[in-house]
Amino acid sequence: MDKLRARLDVFWRYIRRVSGDDAYERYLRHHTEVHPHEMPLGRKEFFKREQDRKWSGVRRCC
Amino acid sequence: MQGTIYQRIAWLLVAVLGAAAVGGIALNRGESINAIWFVAAAACVYALAYRFYSAWIAARVLVLDETRATPAERFDNGRDFIPTNKWVVFGHHFAAIAGPGPLIGPTLAAQFGYLPGTLWILVGAVLGGCVQDMTIMFFSVRRDGRSLGQMARDELGPVGGAAALAGTLMIMVILIAVLGLVVVNAMKHSPWATSTVAATIPIAVLVGLYMRNIRPGRVLEGSLIGLALLLLAVAGGGWIDHNESLRPLFDHDGLTLAWLVIGYGFAAAIMPVWLLLAPRDYLSTFLKLGTIFLLAIAIVLMRPEIKMPALTQFIDGSGPIFGGTVFPFVFITIACGAVSGFHALIASGTTPKLLASERDIRMIGYGGMVLESFVAVMAMIAATVLDPGVFFASNSPAGVVGKEAAEAVATISSWGFPVTVEQMEFLAREMGEKTLFARTGGAPSLAVGMASIFGSAFGQGMLAMWYHFAIMFEAVFILTTLDAGTRVGRFMLQDMLGNFSSRLGETSWYPSVLLTSGIIVAAWGYFLYIGVIDPNGGVNILWPLFGISNQMLAAIALSVATGILIKSGKLKYAWVAGLPLAWLTVVTTCAAWEKVFSADVRVGFFAAANDMAAKLSSGALPAGKARFAPQLIFNQQLDAWLTMFFVVVLWVIIFDMLRVAARHVRGQPVPPLSESPHAPSRLAEEWARD
Repeated sequence: MDKLRARLDVFWRYIRRVSGDDAYERYLRHHTEVHPHEMPLGRKEFFKREQDRKWSGVRRCC
Repeated sequence: MQGTIYQRIAWLLVAVLGAAAVGGIALNRGESINAIWFVAAAACVYALAYRFYSAWIAARVLVLDETRATPAERFDNGRDFIPTNKWVVFGHHFAAIAGPGPLIGPTLAAQFGYLPGTLWILVGAVLGGCVQDMTIMFFSVRRDGRSLGQMARDELGPVGGAAALAGTLMIMVILIAVLGLVVVNAMKHSPWATSTVAATIPIAVLVGLYMRNIRPGRVLEGSLIGLALLLLAVAGGGWIDHNESLRPLFDHDGLTLAWLVIGYGFAAAIMPVWLLLAPRDYLSTFLKLGTIFLLAIAIVLMRPEIKMPALTQFIDGSGPIFGGTVFPFVFITIACGAVSGFHALIASGTTPKLLASERDIRMIGYGGMVLESFVAVMAMIAATVLDPGVFFASNSPAGVVGKEAAEAVATISSWGFPVTVEQMEFLAREMGEKTLFARTGGAPSLAVGMASIFGSAFGQGMLAMWYHFAIMFEAVFILTTLDAGTRVGRFMLQDMLGNFSSRLGETSWYPSVLLTSGIIVAAWGYFLYIGVIDPNGGVNILWPLFGISNQMLAAIALSVATGILIKSGKLKYAWVAGLPLAWLTVVTTCAAWEKVFSADVRVGFFAAANDMAAKLSSGALPAGKARFAPQLIFNQQLDAWLTMFFVVVLWVIIFDMLRVAARHVRGQPVPPLSESPHAPSRLAEEWARD
């Protein structure tokens, strides 16, 4: 049972990671690690900036 | 390649099963064959190629070095450079490379029978497409994640770089036009399909607002809500279809729909990405992966019989869907399912910046393309489980088989593919459509194939729902490609114009955004418009043009790869990229030659233009056709020149590569390798300690 739960947990983390659902949490972790004295962006601002960055290159194929 | 005796026996069995399956589908004549053999053949070929060929390339040719720090590790900035788990990168990479191409190409190529297309999907992928994706990804990783265009410039010289850039922009335009045409043909006089596709736009906007304002960044929640709404839209489309007052609102001819798509394309290009493009992409990615997975399960569960013969008489070039003999046109038509030049842009774009270890290149580069190729095999199955008569009736343009249903079925039956008007009417009714005749572009016939597979696996009663679900699924990610492609085209154009006026190069200066978006939309809009007014269906012209341009881009990528291999002192392994390059060059050049110079009016652009001009001047054309004739004549000539442009670009790059290679072999100076120096990976050590 615990094993199953652990597996589901890994799967859920994978889904969140691959879809970008956890992007803001990862950003906060990265931010506090690298720039501990600066204010991080808010969730909303971060999401918008990420989308703009993401779609400024070739992202999708034929 | 050491292994236990059991492993060796297991691989031997895979090889025997693979040989039996490939032999079975290749030699079968006259009897129907089960789709499961296609799945078995594909699985065995992929497994063997991945286990042995890709491992050999990784170890001997590229010499992947997991102790070497990747760009993701060296430039880790928490944004585009991030060392990432390989399964996550695999998910991103596959979602990026898998588009509508491998669904449409095999469907069209099925006019030659199932065999030529299937063999090329398998062989082309394992020896060509996968190798291209893997080598380009590797070279990009060794060059700080640089793009194909930059690598072409650094390694070959400015000529190669400029050719790669110009080629990419042209391909984008042709690609969007042909995809737009596919959606228009799927929606033509179908209120159900049109209303469902239309509903995807407000749904995407709603999801965009949700992810931006209501629950910022909650991608999964937003996507789930969106997916539920999309399913409702499919059902709602059926309701609209039966509602006499709403029905006419969504019942349009091709030209009106084309203008709507063009208008939509422009609006989407100038809107903020978070509002439409990004949420639509989340929905289309989930839908795409889910549907592909579901289709694989349904095929394995149902094991449908393939009804299309192995080869049809159309290998002689007289095919109704597109003109041209099996060589070279099957290779041009399959395109993305076997080798896609476009992948080189992704493999040298976002993916190399995420790889935590060089070791992952094999699984993501080679393995990602293997999976894409499998999607193409499934599309081939979905197209060939249909009665061949039905397949040809829905994919052949009215200009070829006749406008009236009775005329069309008589023509198609006379080819030896019996079909009746009643059969087509019954099928159309079952799918909830008014007609399935002359629905060119492959989307409707693919949807019928998918609906019949899904229907028999998960419930026959909902055929019309499955059909429109399949149409919606195709339309959603075709529109995503359309939005994303227009935007990329705009950025490339702004980049070029930036050389003349720095203001125009600013991606956030609104007048420049409007101007460059307008230019790109006008460019693909033109080809879409011509495709819609063409009585021969337009796909006949646009898909080969797209195939030639895509294979040209692949040849550019393989040229860069071959050149780098030779310059790295690996001349004896250069054939790994050189062989597929040589083949693609032969195929692309032959196809282009025929498209330009063939005297057959269904193949040669100039022949078609001259034929129509002669008919126009002699008054042989009916008034309706004569009105559009001057535009069609101009377009055929333009297409001929465009094809020549593609071939010239291709040969310029090949000669440039051969020049550099020859100089290197003779010991003369060449542009130095732009590989970044070796930096030891700390990640590898940490993993070793764990």
